[in-house]
Amino acid sequence: MSSAAVVLAVAVLSVTALGFFAARWGGANLSDLEQWALGGRSFGTIVSWFLLGGDLYTAYTFIAVPALVYGVGALGFFAVPYATVAYPIALVVLARFWGIARRRGYVTTADFVRDRYGDRTLEIAIALTGVVAAMPYVALQLVGMRAVFGRFSGLGATGSFLALTAAFVLLAAYTYTSGLRAPAMIAFVKDTLIYVTVIAAIAVIPIRLGGWPHIFALSQAVLARRPHAPSIYLKPAQYFTYATMAFGSALSLFIYPHSITSVLAARSREVIRRNAALLPIYSLLLGLLALLGYCAVAAGIVTKDASTVVPALFARYFPDWFDGVADAAIVIGALVPAAIMCIGAANLFASNVFREFSPRRTPVETHVAKILTLVMCAFALLFIFFVPVPFAIDFQLLGGALMLQIFPAFVLGLWTRWFHPKALLAGWACGLVASCAMAYAGGFTSNYTLHAFGGSLTGFIAFYGLLLNLLVSAILTVLLRAVRLDAGMDRTSAGDFA
Amino acid sequence: MRRAWYALLVLPFAGTLIPPLYNHARPALFGLPFFYWYQLAWVPVTAAILGLVISLTRKRSDV
Repeated sequence: MSSAAVVLAVAVLSVTALGFFAARWGGANLSDLEQWALGGRSFGTIVSWFLLGGDLYTAYTFIAVPALVYGVGALGFFAVPYATVAYPIALVVLARFWGIARRRGYVTTADFVRDRYGDRTLEIAIALTGVVAAMPYVALQLVGMRAVFGRFSGLGATGSFLALTAAFVLLAAYTYTSGLRAPAMIAFVKDTLIYVTVIAAIAVIPIRLGGWPHIFALSQAVLARRPHAPSIYLKPAQYFTYATMAFGSALSLFIYPHSITSVLAARSREVIRRNAALLPIYSLLLGLLALLGYCAVAAGIVTKDASTVVPALFARYFPDWFDGVADAAIVIGALVPAAIMCIGAANLFASNVFREFSPRRTPVETHVAKILTLVMCAFALLFIFFVPVPFAIDFQLLGGALMLQIFPAFVLGLWTRWFHPKALLAGWACGLVASCAMAYAGGFTSNYTLHAFGGSLTGFIAFYGLLLNLLVSAILTVLLRAVRLDAGMDRTSAGDFA
Repeated sequence: MRRAWYALLVLPFAGTLIPPLYNHARPALFGLPFFYWYQLAWVPVTAAILGLVISLTRKRSDV
C-alpha cells in the first residue's frame, strides 16, 4: 500500500470511530427527534461554524468549482460572488426563521409552511421538493469520493467499488446511531483537513507553475484554442448569465434541507447572525481553490472527466503522504454533508409527509426519520452505481432549480401572509415544470436562452423559474382573494417572529 | 431607527452582481487580473459589512 492509501484509510477509520462516539456527546436522549436530528438545538458559535462550513462547502463543491473554471473559464468563477451575496441573505432570512422555528418547535421549512398557510398540499409539496433536490446532491458527494478511490490503481474497479460502499455503509450506521452530532463532530476534522490542503495547494502549486501572471497568460492561450473558445474574462453576452447564476444560487443555498438542519441546531439567534459574518472565510478558501482550475489548465492536465482535475493536480504536486491528506480531506469532506443531507431529507419526509398521526413529536417519529436516513443513503448509493456521472450533475443542477421554487412560500412567507396558499402551490408547480422544460430543451445545461422582443437573453434556469413562480403566485392571489376562496388558517402570530 | 442599518447589505450585491464593472485585466494585484482579485476582495469586505450590521442591530435579548 502506498503511504497515501495508509493516511486515507487511517483518517476514514478515525472519523468513523468519532461518528459513533458522538452519540455520547452531551449525554442526550437520542430517541427525541430534536436531540437526534438537531443536536438538541444546543450548538454554539464555534461548533455551528464548523458544522455549517462542513455542510455548505462540500467535497463536491471543492472538486466541481475548479473543474468548472478548468472547463469554461471566467464563467466558473460565479461561485465567488455566489458565496459572497449568500451571507447578507442568510443574515436576514435565517435569523428570522431561526426565531420562529425555536418558538414553535419547527424541525423543517415545511413545518413552518404548514403552520403559516394551514394547507396540507402545500406542506407536502415543499417537503417533497427538498427530498428530491437532496437526493442527487448526496449522490454527487459519492462522485467526489469515487474520484479519489478510483485513483488508487491497486484497488481495481471492484476494490474501489467496495471501498466506496464500505465508507458509505459506515456513514449510514453512525448517522443512524448518533444523528446530527456525528457530522458535527466529524466536521472539525473535515474542515481542518480542507484548510490545510487548500492552503498548501495555493502555497505550492502556483509557484511550481511559474507564478500567477504566467498561469493566467498560459490559460488564456490554451482556452482560446478549445471549442467555443472560453476565456479568462466574461464575454458581454455572459454578464446576465453570470449575475443570475450567482444571485439565483445564493437565494437557494440556505433553503436546502441540509442548510436548514444545521441552522436549526444553533443555540441562539445570535449564533446564526455571527456565523453569517464568519462563514465567508470558507468563501475565500473556495475562491482560491477555484483558481486551481487555471493551474490545472496551465499544468497541461487533460481529462475527459473534469471531476478528476483537482485530485490529479494534488497527485502531481504533493508528496505521496500529503496526497493522502488531500484525499482524506475530499472523502471526509463528502461524508459530512452527505450525512446532514440524509438527515435533513429524512426529517422532511418523517415530519411533513409521514406525519399527522400524532400532534406531538413522539419517539415513533424519530424512529421513522432514522430509518428514512438509511433509505436515503441506500438510494444515493444506487443512484451513483446506476446513473452515469454527467446525469448526476444534471440532476443536481435541476435540483437547485427545483429548490428555489419554495422561495415564495417559505422565505416571503416569513414576512407576509398576503399570498394565497393555492396560488403559491400553482406558482410552485409552474416554476417546477418550466425549470424542467428549460433544462430539457437546453440539453441539461444550467442556463437557458430566452428569445423575446427581437433580442435574446441567456440566464440561470432557476432564476427564470422563480420569476414565473412569483408572477403566477401574485396574479392568482389577486384572483383568489377577489373570489374570496378560503385562504387557510395562519397559526403563527406577529409575536412569534419578534 | 436601528433597522435602517440593514440597508448596508445592498452593497455586496451592487459590488459583485454587475460584471461590466470588474470584467478587466487591469489593475492586476499579486499577478491576479482585476476580475479575480476584485471579486475575492468582496468576500472579506462583505464579512466586515455583516459584522458591522450585526453589532449595530443587536437586540438586548440576543446573547
